[in-house]
Amino acid sequence: MVEEAAAAIAAPNGTVTRRLLAAASGAAAEAVAIPLGAIVVSLLVFGLFVALAGVNPLAVYGYMVEGSVGSWFSVQNTLTRAAPLILTGLCTALPAQAGLMIIGGEGAFVIGGLVAAMAGVALTGAPAFVAILAMAAAGILAGGTWVAFAGALRHWRGVNETISSLLLNYIAIAILNQVVEGVFRDPRSLNKPSSPSIGYDHMIATIPGTEIHWGLVVGIVAAVCAYVLIRHTTIGFAARVAGGNVRAARMVGLPIARLVVLTCFLGGAAAGLAGMIEVAAVQERASADLVTGYGYTGILVAFLARQNPLALIPVAILLGGISASGGLLQRHLGLPDAATVVLQGIVFVVILASDAVYGRIPWFNRPEGNA
Amino acid sequence: MIGGSGWWIIPLAVLGGAIRVGTPFLFVSLGECITEKSGRINLGLEGTLVMGAMSGYAVSYMSGSPWLGVFAAGLVGIGMGLLHGAICSLQRVNDIAVGIALMLFGVGLADYLGKPFIQPAAPQLPSINFAWWSASSEVQNAFKINELFLIGVALVPLLVWAFRTTRWGLILRIVGESADGARALGYPVIPVRIIATCCGGFLAGVGGSFLSLYYPGAWSERISSGQGITAVALVIFARWNPKLCFYAALLFGGAGALGPSLQAVGIHGGYYLLNALPYILTLLIMIVTCSPKRNLVGAPAELSITK
Repeated sequence: MVEEAAAAIAAPNGTVTRRLLAAASGAAAEAVAIPLGAIVVSLLVFGLFVALAGVNPLAVYGYMVEGSVGSWFSVQNTLTRAAPLILTGLCTALPAQAGLMIIGGEGAFVIGGLVAAMAGVALTGAPAFVAILAMAAAGILAGGTWVAFAGALRHWRGVNETISSLLLNYIAIAILNQVVEGVFRDPRSLNKPSSPSIGYDHMIATIPGTEIHWGLVVGIVAAVCAYVLIRHTTIGFAARVAGGNVRAARMVGLPIARLVVLTCFLGGAAAGLAGMIEVAAVQERASADLVTGYGYTGILVAFLARQNPLALIPVAILLGGISASGGLLQRHLGLPDAATVVLQGIVFVVILASDAVYGRIPWFNRPEGNA
Repeated sequence: MIGGSGWWIIPLAVLGGAIRVGTPFLFVSLGECITEKSGRINLGLEGTLVMGAMSGYAVSYMSGSPWLGVFAAGLVGIGMGLLHGAICSLQRVNDIAVGIALMLFGVGLADYLGKPFIQPAAPQLPSINFAWWSASSEVQNAFKINELFLIGVALVPLLVWAFRTTRWGLILRIVGESADGARALGYPVIPVRIIATCCGGFLAGVGGSFLSLYYPGAWSERISSGQGITAVALVIFARWNPKLCFYAALLFGGAGALGPSLQAVGIHGGYYLLNALPYILTLLIMIVTCSPKRNLVGAPAELSITK
């Protein structure tokens, strides 16, 4: 829509321009208003849900605001949780441009973190920036290859990518557990098998003046880069054509195989980088704790953002806030820690159901467009 | 390294395990078979399975009757199926995406509601001992077969018959082959699909109750890790044929039982990878049997996953 409007500006006909601009702004407003409306509906449903369990929904909402943005500590907690969600969101949003529904973010996150930890341990003693760059490269390559595999299977073998990427999650977790209990185990980790430490001086620092690690900046930069790639480059355009109509794309001779594998690789690379950041900025080592669920929440982030890389940033912050408030809900209201997962599930179901309302609300779709 | 009982108990344990581990696969895949025949795919059965495990256990604990638990799990499965079926019936809503959402929702909700039931022990489903003739405990173990499995086995010919010869089965297949054709014949497409998804949910819920009420036999949040989704993939491999679903379920059950069987005789190497065997096997089977060039034999034409 935005491109159409931009093209119309260049055209001499003023009425057409105005109408297209109005249509574009109407569609943009719709794309913001409907997800927001869906979130409000989800919060109401969740309120009803906790009310049935005998908890005051208003108290729940209050603690959610307090736990996500109520204090500087909460804001930092929210933003820290948002960082990996932007990256795992890309793991679903980038392949979606080429028409693939990938849900393998969790596996790419785990594999990325594991391989990054191996690189980090191997480079003990190297200068910090060398070690961190090598870990990032390892995470990107590992995660990217992992998801590119699902894309390649889809293209060359016709294997459904949603199922294969989900299976790959379970396989990745099994590999992680096997490796940290076996060959890559720190003998000193007795109760909880984990890899050796990557070394404290090879950890990613926090942004000065905050407790937020640099992963947030990495996530935002990655989302912006993905947006530019998708919206302003030939490759991105070709991927979107292939995603929209594979037969047409084949007819005009687009390299579909490369587009599918590339978008999957980049998506997996983002999730793998998130795993690397989790190791290098938070956990210091690889262990079963790498199975965080960020990969699954990332799917929801991507769908809420309507697969738009830029929109991933605010959506990830929103969901980061929801999960940040989980602790307060648990402490003050006795809600199980799964409460925020239930809310996420409700949001996911409602947001998908809201797909049916697009184009149905007259206010956003006025034919003459005098907005 | 290996105890006095000898290597021969491994294949025996795998066989017994194939039945034990394979039962939930059997129920979920038969249920998904019904749903997919109508032209919809429900990836949310993973969530349904976990919800079934939780509610079955909870009801069995509170009522003292495991069969009531199984029934309750089935009802919860119908509820989840209804949710999926209804949302997918809205315009422009993608059934795969709704499945993903319900998978996460179901797992989260079961975790939330199941918290109070992690500790207490619920009455378990009975099993029949088919090895009265043997004194060996390994043989006894392998041939102790749960009644729910036998019900699942009985369902297989029933479904084959229903799909092939009954009026209901025919309507289901018409809807799955061509929605327009079904409409032209005057059959209501959306209600048929919703009912088919509910039937699938019922069986998946029952499959889930088997997990918590027989094997492994207790409720915990991590009771299912991907059995539901593996069973969905298994239906594709089984070409939407209940009989093949049965064999595939046993195969996957055997693969899942290999790890614990080896561990039982003292072989611990590769424990996690062996436990991931069903997923690896599923992936390999999908790589071998799928093809980008032709449509899969037996696939309902309306199914989004094979288009």
